[in-house]
Amino acid sequence: MTPDAALIRYVTRLGDNSLILGQRMIELVAASPELEEELANANFALDYIGQARMLYTYAGEREGRGRGEDDFAFLRPEHEYRNLLLVEQPNGHFGDSTVRAVLFESFYVLLLDALTRCGDEGLAGIAARAVKEVRYHLKHSSQWLVRLGDGTEESHARTQQSLNDLWRYTGEMFASDDIDKIMRDEFDGPDLNVVAEQWRKAVAAIVSAATLELPEDGWMASGGKDGRHTEHFGFLLADLQYMQRTYPGATW
Amino acid sequence: MYTQGLDQAGKSDAAGAETKQQLEAFQARIDTEEKIEAKDWMPEAYRRTLIRQISQHAHSEIIGMQPEGNWLTRAPTLKRKAILLAKVQDEAGHGLYLYSAAETLGISRDQMVADLLSGKAKYSSIFNYPTLTWADIGAIGWLVDGAAIMNQIPLCRCSYGPYSRAMIRICKEESFHQRQGYEIMLTLARGTDEQKAMAQDALNRFWWPSLMMFGPSDAASKHSAQSMAWKIKRFSNDELRQKFIDVTVPQAEYLGLTVPDDKLRFNEETGHYEHSDIDWQEFFDVISGNGPCNEQRMAKRRKAQDDGAWVREAAKAYAAKKLAEEAA
Repeated sequence: MTPDAALIRYVTRLGDNSLILGQRMIELVAASPELEEELANANFALDYIGQARMLYTYAGEREGRGRGEDDFAFLRPEHEYRNLLLVEQPNGHFGDSTVRAVLFESFYVLLLDALTRCGDEGLAGIAARAVKEVRYHLKHSSQWLVRLGDGTEESHARTQQSLNDLWRYTGEMFASDDIDKIMRDEFDGPDLNVVAEQWRKAVAAIVSAATLELPEDGWMASGGKDGRHTEHFGFLLADLQYMQRTYPGATW
Repeated sequence: MYTQGLDQAGKSDAAGAETKQQLEAFQARIDTEEKIEAKDWMPEAYRRTLIRQISQHAHSEIIGMQPEGNWLTRAPTLKRKAILLAKVQDEAGHGLYLYSAAETLGISRDQMVADLLSGKAKYSSIFNYPTLTWADIGAIGWLVDGAAIMNQIPLCRCSYGPYSRAMIRICKEESFHQRQGYEIMLTLARGTDEQKAMAQDALNRFWWPSLMMFGPSDAASKHSAQSMAWKIKRFSNDELRQKFIDVTVPQAEYLGLTVPDDKLRFNEETGHYEHSDIDWQEFFDVISGNGPCNEQRMAKRRKAQDDGAWVREAAKAYAAKKLAEEAA
């Protein structure tokens, strides 16, 4: 794989993470536990959709085949989406979506921060904008994790269960593949081993503040980065792609 | 409008302790266009009317997130998805300011939410209609937000200060919403035959319910006279409805769409459009709970409230723990 091809795939993959998490958060609209949380969720989902747009647009420009943001977002088959399995997991209850946000965002903020210093100017620029947004999201999701973990007996038990259930999707974040290696070697991209260490420390601190237990590292699910998804993903895509698939070629 | 249920609310038993002198002094302030503020003396009926009106408006914003939220996951492009999401978020924000404005009148948000969930408080009938196609998102922005603006612009001059100030900001955002809706319709009207048909179908379904948003005709509107005297309301239901029709019909023509009313015609002498009678039976059915989506909208709202109970309890317990730690 050429460095350029790897960069395009890397950028698309970042776009996929943003889009799919954004789409999941959108499913939560009008279902939040508090009105203030309704605003926060929509605001953060909007950030993710915005990031996906910037990343897909940039991938399309680098690719030079005339594909725009909507071609990436709506017109690819399932196996071409390369998001982490974690972000496609169903929303579940508020504890589940909060844990999912904390686990992903504490990783994503480190990744984006490293990407602000990468050798590709276009990607570094997008990362610089996105990292500010995600840093704020993480602050919000961590505060909720602490409230839930250190709230009532019920909230503690539910949230610990969420953490145990979603832990298996965290290994994939740090499993470096060819694309990650080319990004690191050719573009001064993030070293996932370093990110993994930093992530572990950050997550351990939040989990401890929430009076929860860090789960043991057991079997880890993988496949998202290779386009092998969980069963939930097809339904998410059916919803996402419905209009573009039903009315091919129309302008909206 | 978003507060059309007011016209059916019925009783307005003013508290007996109010003297003629107090009432006259209050009316004099209203007549000189002075703003009434939260801590000022006001007649109990004025306070109650405002609580009903502002809370109904807030509930309408919150329930109104559902029909549009229905198309968020399926929006046809990322740009449309982002715009719609921002719009739905604005509605949550409007709900928040309006609940806050109502709280200045001495009612808690918890109480208002409880009244909505118990069915005691109303919200606008329009949100009990389903959004069946993407074109409905255009029609809602164009017609529903368009109708809302007609009513809400005069509310920026409402006699109650906190409400009038909240409305200034809300109207600015509503105006964007209306334009994005019309822009969706314009895109569809210039699109494929399927898209044009979708736009026409949305207009057919949303036209009459949009006209009903202004509430019953003036003859049947019980509270209008008092609200006008208090300058909570500045124009009658029929005046606003006529203004909306006069503005909207040419917009439909520009889109190449047909307003679903055989008797619609422009009267050169009056300078206004004439229209068929509104099916008030449908209106009364919908506001009394028998619209296509009343059950569904309320069930979703109640489920969100119930599902979130343990979360709110956790937040409260955590805050209490922190407070106790600080005190120790």
